[in-house]
Amino acid sequence: MSEQIVPVKTYIVVFAGLIGLTLLTTWVAFIDLGAFNTVVALVIAFCKMLLVIFFFMHLRHSGGLVRVVLLAGFFWLALLISLTMTDYRTRSWTPAPDAWSTTAPPTHP
Amino acid sequence: MRPRRKPAVADTHSEHVQTKYAGLAHQFEDLAQQHDADTLGIWLFLVTEIMFFGGVFAAYAIFRWFYFAAFAGGSHLLDIRLGAINTVVLLGSSLTMALSVRSAQVGNRRALVLFLVLTMILGGAFLGVKAYEYHQKFVEHIVPSLDWAPEGDVLARLAPGGLDHAQLYFFFYFAMTGLHALHMIIGVGLLLWLVLRARKGSFTPDYFAPVEVVGLYWHFVDIVWIFLFPLLYLIGGRY
Repeated sequence: MSEQIVPVKTYIVVFAGLIGLTLLTTWVAFIDLGAFNTVVALVIAFCKMLLVIFFFMHLRHSGGLVRVVLLAGFFWLALLISLTMTDYRTRSWTPAPDAWSTTAPPTHP
Repeated sequence: MRPRRKPAVADTHSEHVQTKYAGLAHQFEDLAQQHDADTLGIWLFLVTEIMFFGGVFAAYAIFRWFYFAAFAGGSHLLDIRLGAINTVVLLGSSLTMALSVRSAQVGNRRALVLFLVLTMILGGAFLGVKAYEYHQKFVEHIVPSLDWAPEGDVLARLAPGGLDHAQLYFFFYFAMTGLHALHMIIGVGLLLWLVLRARKGSFTPDYFAPVEVVGLYWHFVDIVWIFLFPLLYLIGGRY
C-alpha cells in the first residue's frame, strides 16, 4: 500500500497543538483588538484546519490529484465568498436610479 | 503516470485474486488502485460539502457585516466555556479517529475497535453538550420563530442591536450548528457500522478503506466546527 504509517507521537503532538490554538483563540477573544479580533480568530482557525488536513487527513502523504481537487474546492469557495462580498460592498457606490417609470428613457442622438 | 507495479492482472475474477485480496472490487487492478479511487472519491464528496457549508458561511458573513451589533449581542449570550469544551472534545475525537485509522493500518483489531468506540463516545458527548445548549436557548426564550420572547437581562443584551436582527443571528446559530450536528449524527451512525464490521475482522492492513473514508469525513466535520466556534461564539470579543 502507498499509505504511510504515521507515528502515534506525531498525532499526539498535532493534537496538543490544536488544543493550544483553541486556548489561544479563546483567550484572545477577551482582549480588545478592534477589527483585528475577527482576523486573529480566523487566522488561528485556518492554522487549525491546516493541521487537521495535513496530519489527521494525511494530505502530507496524498498524491497530487487529491491536492488539486482540494485546492479547486477552496478556489471555488473563495470565488463564492469574495464575489458575493464584492457585490454587497459596492452596491452603494452606484447611485440608485429614480423609479424607472417616472422618467422618460434617455434618447440617443 | 505512476508505473504499474506488476503486469496488468489478466483475470481479476480468478479464485486466486479473490482470495488474495479480500475486499477488492472487480473493476480495479489491485488494492493500491482501489485505495486511490476510494480516497479521491471521498475528497470529491468533501469538496461538495465545502461548497454546501460555504454558502451558509457566505450568507453569515454578509449579515454579520450588516448587523454586527445584533450579532455580537447574540454571540454574548452563548456560553463560551461550553463552546470551548466542545471544541476540545471534538478535536479529541479527531485524534482517536486518526488513531483508529492507524490501528487499522498496522492490523491491530482490538485497538481499532477501542479507538472507534472512543470516537463515538466523544462524538456523543459533543452532541450531548450541544443538546444542553439548545435546551438553554429554550429556557431563555431565544429560539427564533419557535420560542422568541427574550426578557430581562437577555433582552437588555439583545435590544441595542435590534431584536429582529438578533433573531436573525439565532437563525444562523441554529442553522449552522444544526447542520453540523446532523453531520455528527450521521458520523456516529457510520462509526457504529465500522465498529460492527471491525469486530468481525473485516479490516486488514491491506483493506481498511471504509475506516479511512469515514475518518476523512469525520475530520471534515471537525474542521467545520473549528470555524463555527470562533464565528459564532467569539465575535465582538468578550472584553
